[in-house]
Amino acid sequence: MSYLEYAVQRVPTGPGKVLHVHWALVLLLTAVASIGWLMLYSIAGGSLTPWAEPQMKRFAVGLAVMFAVGFVPIWFWRNVAGVAYGLSLLLLLGVEAFGAVGMGAQRWIDLGFIRLQPSELAKITLVMVLAAYYDALDVRRASRPVWVVLALVLILLPVFLVLRQPDLGTALLLLMGGAAMMFLAGVSWLYFAAVILIGAGAVTAVLASRGTEWQVLKDYQYRRIDSFLDPALDPLGAGYHINQSKIALGSGGWSGRGFMQGTQSRLNFLPEKHTDFIFTSLAEEFGFVGGLSLLLLYGLILIFCVVAALQMKDRFAQLVTLGVGVTFFLYFAVNMAMVMGLAPVVGVPLPLVSFGGSALLVLMFAFGLVQSAHIHRPRGNI
Amino acid sequence: MGATMLTLAARMRQIQVEETDQFRLLAEENRINIRLIPPVRGLIHDRTGRALALNEQNYRVVMVREDAGDVDEVLHRLALLIDLPEEALERTRREIFRHRPFVPVTVAERLSWEQIARIAANAPALPGVTPEVGLSRHYPLAGDLAHVVGYVAAVSERDLAEQEVPDPVLQLPGFQIGKLGVERRMEDILRGTAGSRRIEVNVVGRVMRELDRREGTPGQTVQLTIDHRLQTFARARLANESAAAVVMDCRNGDLVAVASSPAYDPNLFVRGISVPDFRALLDDPYRPLVDKTVQGVYPPGSTFKMVVALAALDSGLVVPEERVFCPGHMDVSGRRFHCWKRGGHGRVNMISALSESCDVYFYDVAQRLGIERINEMAARLGLGVRHDLPMSSVAAGLNPTREWKQSRRNEAWLVGDTINAAIGQGFVLSSPLQLAVMTARLASGRILAPRLVRAVSGVEAPVPEAPLLGLDAGALAIVRQGMGECVNHRRGTAWSSRIVEAGGRMAGKTGTSQVFTITAAERAAGVRRQEDLPWNRRNHGLFVGYAPEEAPRFAVAVVVEHGGGGSSAAAPVARDILLQALHGGFPPLSAYPEPQRNRIETMQRDLMDRMQSAGDEGRDRA
Repeated sequence: MSYLEYAVQRVPTGPGKVLHVHWALVLLLTAVASIGWLMLYSIAGGSLTPWAEPQMKRFAVGLAVMFAVGFVPIWFWRNVAGVAYGLSLLLLLGVEAFGAVGMGAQRWIDLGFIRLQPSELAKITLVMVLAAYYDALDVRRASRPVWVVLALVLILLPVFLVLRQPDLGTALLLLMGGAAMMFLAGVSWLYFAAVILIGAGAVTAVLASRGTEWQVLKDYQYRRIDSFLDPALDPLGAGYHINQSKIALGSGGWSGRGFMQGTQSRLNFLPEKHTDFIFTSLAEEFGFVGGLSLLLLYGLILIFCVVAALQMKDRFAQLVTLGVGVTFFLYFAVNMAMVMGLAPVVGVPLPLVSFGGSALLVLMFAFGLVQSAHIHRPRGNI
Repeated sequence: MGATMLTLAARMRQIQVEETDQFRLLAEENRINIRLIPPVRGLIHDRTGRALALNEQNYRVVMVREDAGDVDEVLHRLALLIDLPEEALERTRREIFRHRPFVPVTVAERLSWEQIARIAANAPALPGVTPEVGLSRHYPLAGDLAHVVGYVAAVSERDLAEQEVPDPVLQLPGFQIGKLGVERRMEDILRGTAGSRRIEVNVVGRVMRELDRREGTPGQTVQLTIDHRLQTFARARLANESAAAVVMDCRNGDLVAVASSPAYDPNLFVRGISVPDFRALLDDPYRPLVDKTVQGVYPPGSTFKMVVALAALDSGLVVPEERVFCPGHMDVSGRRFHCWKRGGHGRVNMISALSESCDVYFYDVAQRLGIERINEMAARLGLGVRHDLPMSSVAAGLNPTREWKQSRRNEAWLVGDTINAAIGQGFVLSSPLQLAVMTARLASGRILAPRLVRAVSGVEAPVPEAPLLGLDAGALAIVRQGMGECVNHRRGTAWSSRIVEAGGRMAGKTGTSQVFTITAAERAAGVRRQEDLPWNRRNHGLFVGYAPEEAPRFAVAVVVEHGGGGSSAAAPVARDILLQALHGGFPPLSAYPEPQRNRIETMQRDLMDRMQSAGDEGRDRA
């Protein structure tokens, strides 16, 4: 369905679009973000600076971005998807060339008013380009090897560039996000089954070869795997983050130590407590109840995305909405799994909660796309 | 997606609900540190309540790097204000960059009030610099009680090794422990118990807040029996001599003065004595580090004659009226033993033998008694016994017996040994403390035990009624009469040191113990008198005495090392100290015999000046 096929009179225009904004989603996003502000306030020892206030301002900018993107018709975004993708690839190359080094990796370009993290941008442009790609592609041809390879190339280009930074976490998110898009677009499950089988086989082979003369990885790499599987083996080294994080979580208990009473985060035992590990502060101060509540809010956002996608008729709109949902899901699932010791420590922020500008703006941009798809969906011709 | 979220929720539940106790404990261990609060050390007072050891406020400046900003600049400004040497600045700079930025580092210690005031006034120009006050041990009387009170100093490895379960407070940096004297022997009472505070620290150890605080108990105040005025006088009177004086209360055994000369300033040890200072103390021929009162042992010489006299009377073998002819010497088994008086004393009885200190009389009596009876009486009077006092290295002296000589020297006891012992020579060794105890027992007729601690925390130590010596009152009276005539009879050896006050007369006994015999070669070279010998070969001068004669109040023992003779070197000192003790200050000149008064007046003025200046010095340091 191309934008010419939209019955124009059935799509809201002008200021009337405001009435069709998905307000429940806006409310949920704000609720999650305000949990973030609360935690940033607490971690700073009961102070708006240095984290809570800038984060609130950023969210305000993010909301503006979301509305701006949302009021632009969805077909515009489909038409610029390729350009946006190309642009983000160029920015990734720019990081390679001129990027600043932060935390041992090249991550951002300083544009003066904002430090742009192109890898964050790439997450959403990849979703867009894949949605546009499968929108244009006949569903029946989606599983043909040549078109599958083309989609893989689209995915692997940014993955490769992000790996060069190096940022393993984001690269994995891109890979998984892209794969999810392919799955949603109807690529045969046999491909996925094959990849999963090969992957599992490779992991088994790598682990089984340890200590034999065909050993695949270096010893220190095996030790890293060990410390992920059992952080207590190396409590001050690689396992430190995860041990302290589990202590924070565990000491929170059922209902937590209370607002501003978390000793692990306030006393700096938690590393990256305002960014990637902010969930541990929440779980320490508000306990199981608090952590589960955040998880439920995230779940609601996902459900709203899925429901919104079901109401749409446009394939691009549906794929983008679901893709945004999946990306969002991957963010928080990987982050939470990491702080709970279920996944290795990779640099993935908790969406909308962690302190940070790029990720927030990109996410709000992504939800702007969802709003756009929601506002501009065709109505009343069922 | 749903499955993943369920997994996350399940994991959250596992950590936060099922394993929460374990993790909560770990979190507490992370954040809580226990710090000890060192207890305030107990004070040491004299019997009048004057502080002998106190905790002085010690002003110091500390610096915190993170507050200082430009460390070098601030140190430079500080150096201009309080005149810090370059080494101290260099040391501080090194220290401060070795620690985390929030750790306070001591820049200078023991600052004067003016220096602290100057720093406080310039505080705005000295960011990160704060004046602090701590406590450090101070001995206001400096050397006067150095040997009794001792001193504290930093805990050494050896101190820790000595204790089965070392008090954790000993591990605190800068904590000091008693090293000598009362400070060491009463460490447990003086130290007190440490308090503790639980504090919350962050990951780099910065203290965030105090959670709770348990105050320790300060050490208890120990009151000694010493009277600091008498002690100071005794020390001043003994100045320039290598000597010791012990004054004991004849009613209860209280040690009122225990003075050893020369002494050292214990405050030097508290601060950490410098090598040259310590070397100077070690190399001093007068041995200031040695406590001559309880640690030093000397042949008691003629002061031992009371022991022999009492043993003789007690045995019933000798009656006091019995006369012995003294021709100036006595031959025993082919060896000639001289009396100190070459020409001899003629016929002497026990009283005149004591007052004129006739050696031959005692040679004769001792030979008849045998060493065992003498030993027994010496022990009864407190010689050769280690008295229980909270002082360091209390010596037992030596009360030689046949068995001792056999086992130690592998030689048989000879009659000559008994004869030597009769006049306190040969193997007999006693400390000034033991001689004072002996005198007090003779004067009181009771087995007085020396006492140094009067009260702990204001609770007076009980003084049990001392048991009687169990000697015939008549025998004691004879010996006392001999001691009285020794001082107050024209022919007595201490006649020139008599007290002429009515009701305040002194009784006593001189003693001169030979260190070296004047050799035939020296005699040939014309050396006849002690003054002609080099200092360290002269005889020790001793005197034991008590006063008033009729109702003994104080007993004193004085030993002047290499002083020449008891009557010239020790007896005048003993008289001055006894008069001082009886009058509670300088006595009127009328207490002294008429012809001596001019000389005594000059001496008194001299001593007053000296005590005055010593007191000023002490106050300056306080």
